[in-house]
Amino acid sequence: MTEAAPVVQSVLETRFPGVVTPDERKGYEGYIVTKEKLVELATALRDEMGYDFLSSVTAVDYLSEEETNLEVVYHLYKSTGGGSLVLSVQLPRDNPVVDSLVSVYPGADFQEREAYDLMGIRFDKHPDLRRILMWEGFEGHPLRKDWKEAYHNEDTKPFSNRWPDGQIFRSEDKNPYGKNNIYPVGFDPTKWEATEESLLYAGLGKAVGEKGNIETDYLVVNMGPQHPSTHGVFRMAVVLDGETIIALKPVVGYLHRNHEKIGERNTYLHNMPFTDRLDYISSLSNNFGYALAVEKLMGKKGAPSERAEYIRVIMAELTRISNHVWAIGFLLNDLGAFFTPALYAIEERELILDIFEATTGSRMMCNYFRFGGVARDFPEGVLQKIRDLVFERLPRKIDDIDAYLTDNEIVLTRTQGVGILTPEDAIAYSATGPMLRASGVPYDIRRADPYGIYDRFDFDVAVRYHGDCYDRFIIRLDEIRQSIRILEQALDQIPEGSVISGSNPYQVRVPAGESYGRVEGPKGELGFYIVSNGKPHPWRYHVRAPSFINLTAMEKMCIGQKIADVVVILGSIDIVLGETDR
Amino acid sequence: MSEENKLEGLNKPEYEITPEMRSNIAITTLDRIYNLGRRYSVWPLMFGLACCGIEFICTAASRYDIARFGMEVMRPSPRQADLMIISGTVTKKMLPQIVRLFNQMPEPKYVMAMGACASGGGPFKEGYNVVSGIDKYLPVDVYVPGCPPTPQALLHGLMKLQEKIDGESYFKRFRERKENIEAIPIPILGPDIIDPRDYEIIKNPSKSKVAA
Ligand code: SF4
Repeated sequence: MTEAAPVVQSVLETRFPGVVTPDERKGYEGYIVTKEKLVELATALRDEMGYDFLSSVTAVDYLSEEETNLEVVYHLYKSTGGGSLVLSVQLPRDNPVVDSLVSVYPGADFQEREAYDLMGIRFDKHPDLRRILMWEGFEGHPLRKDWKEAYHNEDTKPFSNRWPDGQIFRSEDKNPYGKNNIYPVGFDPTKWEATEESLLYAGLGKAVGEKGNIETDYLVVNMGPQHPSTHGVFRMAVVLDGETIIALKPVVGYLHRNHEKIGERNTYLHNMPFTDRLDYISSLSNNFGYALAVEKLMGKKGAPSERAEYIRVIMAELTRISNHVWAIGFLLNDLGAFFTPALYAIEERELILDIFEATTGSRMMCNYFRFGGVARDFPEGVLQKIRDLVFERLPRKIDDIDAYLTDNEIVLTRTQGVGILTPEDAIAYSATGPMLRASGVPYDIRRADPYGIYDRFDFDVAVRYHGDCYDRFIIRLDEIRQSIRILEQALDQIPEGSVISGSNPYQVRVPAGESYGRVEGPKGELGFYIVSNGKPHPWRYHVRAPSFINLTAMEKMCIGQKIADVVVILGSIDIVLGETDR
Repeated sequence: MSEENKLEGLNKPEYEITPEMRSNIAITTLDRIYNLGRRYSVWPLMFGLACCGIEFICTAASRYDIARFGMEVMRPSPRQADLMIISGTVTKKMLPQIVRLFNQMPEPKYVMAMGACASGGGPFKEGYNVVSGIDKYLPVDVYVPGCPPTPQALLHGLMKLQEKIDGESYFKRFRERKENIEAIPIPILGPDIIDPRDYEIIKNPSKSKVAA
């Protein structure tokens, strides 16, 4: 919550009497808004009070004996920095309809579709309200608390058949189909008609509009989900006029692994390894975000020890470097320089992975952070290895990559002026991370709303001003250099001591309330929204995934460009599908 | 192994070859020479599904260098690929495409389930959009455990595949198989994923062996 909260509160209460009431529940710090005035309020917040950045939209199902409401939760920020303003709208379960905020914050587009898909909340006046992670025609809204999946065992873990009884059965043996499937009673598969594709093309048709009077045909091209340059299982449906793009719809969900549903069944600590698998290139920053959100709820008891804070920063910045070299290498891949630049990138990444492996036990899925610290200290010699890397090798290698690529003729012609995103659009579309900063908005959470011990370090927020693919490439080099600076300071200052405060219990006690922990991940703002009801499992666990939300601006950047540039634009956003689809 | 010995290894059934000819001549079966070619030129489909795909890429990079096995030629088109490495979580939404890709690959083709997810659903098994193991739909040749399997583990899996290839007989197996190859029916996205082979049980689940 921000220091300016009282001011905002008084303004809100005088301007919108009866519309905005402070949330009185224990552990909540936001405001409850009546749904009729939501759009009006959002417009005023954006235009008059500076809350121009809609970070996250999500929904919570408060199903219990006393309550049946669904609640939509909005997190707003100022693009000049500071804490959050949390708004929530309560909706009845049988008819959850609320006005869409797309007209005020275009960045709400995909997030509202997600809330529709998984929670069944309908957003009135949304331009293209379709399912996004699941497919059209799927039965039910999975994140509702009364929805049970095919392999449903029990509501919470550990399952009693595993522990203490130890009677393990295979869930497929109890399912009539032997598979993870479930169908409505009396369903006849022979009569089924799929609508997913037709609705997608209808959505595209809406975007294209009426044709002019020249007799040409538009061409619809589908790229992906199996395409060598979509960075995983991502799909785009593109409408072309000649070679020029006139409409584009990203299609995601091909890697939707039900992170949130599973996360609400796990205990708090159980979720740590799952966060690794979100953005699997940079697992340690995911750990960081999640640990932060839970520690916020735990209050003083969750505060990490001093050495752990430094270790966290060291690990997070190493992760950022490894992520950015990877992104640069594969951006060049997308430009047609097949695999050679990526080999240089992977070489450096491997060295960083060695450090992760020595410290955490795994190259990619580190599962290293704990509430109140980290799992274990650096083994002998590793700190020295990091020093060698940070002080000797990396600066030299980054300069090399810079020298090979930055002035390369082909890189320049293919990326300069391509896929431009203006600063206004970047903020409106809720873009974060390198994408936002390459558009000239110096917004870095490490500075704007510092977490951990980032306020102790001396570093610059990298910014570039053209907002094209070239700037999005260069800014990653800039950020690597800043990360090296932070690492140098952290390595000099790291104190001795314990790496965890308290006893590192398996079961943490998390008081009831809501919290939103966000970190500046390598891809952008990675946020974890957690609602606790005091039990050992989170009641609601939502991930604000930067890759997913950055894609909202994809269509905007691509329209008017050539089809061959789509791949470059996508590469310059740097998405990871594990996080996009969760 | 010296050049000479390599050839001798190929020389089966063992015929007597005079020592001065041993570096040039080997007498062998057609199957063996054919398999020798195949085992060193398994072209994987360039296809990553999730986290495991990243380790797959690392295996192809310079440190682990899959090229030592003749497998660095990754083909984005299924028509030119021999091996489908299911490198990651198979979701229901993705499944129809995976089955279609598999059907498009020409024989002889192999499937490797890389990682816990592809082998049995892994950490996400209970998820409503997750297929608990690709072997529910495709025939898997090699399973590689791990989450993700390290590049070394993946290489070990590829070596196991080579062993499998060594043991095959083109004339027996593929001739027979060619005649009764049937494409795997492509699943449909319904209220849940529908496998066309399960129509009867879906209509009447009580007929199944494990009636709910
Ligand atoms: S097995 Fe593990 S690493 Fe591989 S795709 Fe599944 S979760 Fe990711």
